[in-house]
Amino acid sequence: MPILTSLLAGLVFGFGLILSGMANPAKVLGFLDLAGRWDPSLALVMAGAVGVGLLAFAIARRRTASFLGLPMRLPTARHIDGRLVGGSLLFGIGWGLAGFCPGPALAALGMGQVKAAIFVGAMLAGMGVFELLERRAAPSTAKA
Amino acid sequence: MSLDWNAFTPTTALAGGALIGVAAAVFVLFNGRIAGVSGVLGGLLKPVKGDLGWRIAFILGLVAAPLAYALFASVPEPRIDAGWGDLVIAGLLVGIGTRYGSGCTSGHGVCGLSRLSPRSLVATIAFMGAGFATVVVVRHLIGA
Repeated sequence: MPILTSLLAGLVFGFGLILSGMANPAKVLGFLDLAGRWDPSLALVMAGAVGVGLLAFAIARRRTASFLGLPMRLPTARHIDGRLVGGSLLFGIGWGLAGFCPGPALAALGMGQVKAAIFVGAMLAGMGVFELLERRAAPSTAKA
Repeated sequence: MSLDWNAFTPTTALAGGALIGVAAAVFVLFNGRIAGVSGVLGGLLKPVKGDLGWRIAFILGLVAAPLAYALFASVPEPRIDAGWGDLVIAGLLVGIGTRYGSGCTSGHGVCGLSRLSPRSLVATIAFMGAGFATVVVVRHLIGA
């Protein structure tokens, strides 16, 4: 059952990305281009998503187990440090270069876009580099 | 800045955003997990027993979304202007950055803001700021 709900969540997520225009890098870059002719659409994507999300997480916060009886794994980290900010800055630069963030890149991959496949390949390589660096930094206690 | 009213798609942006919110709601309320694409994907590179099925299912749903979407409506063709070199650099930056920053547009942006997490707000400001700055530099300073 958790596998099914997970698949469903991925599917609905992808539907939202396609319908909203997030899966189209040209549209994303039109939003990020504040100095050009600005397309504010993606601000509304965020508003729509957070609007529903606020309600969902208000319910989730009050529960210790999910509807399927699984443990509620909400993030506990609260610290704001160089890793968080530096990593997010690097991510933002990559996002601005191509117009892809992880979710939309995977959805565009499903559309058979070769360029999306190149991006996803490089993204997985980047994630692999992170794992290697983490393992080197702390060989015995790999951080979650 | 001038607004590009022809490109502005408020209805599909809000509706698509709401669907993304619904997906995040399903994922947290049934699976007890944060629908953060970079985290779900990155976890596959550090396999933990019993932790793979739901990750693969979510990613599969995301990649299969265009196929399912095509049953209801025609999938809009994405426009990817970035060249191969830029796609590789962007992918690497997004991969490394999202893992160091512990999240991307979905994990920090949608879910984090919905949880009212200050940490995710900082991350979101960082990657949005870097995204805006990158597009301004690439389009208006270098590419002019």
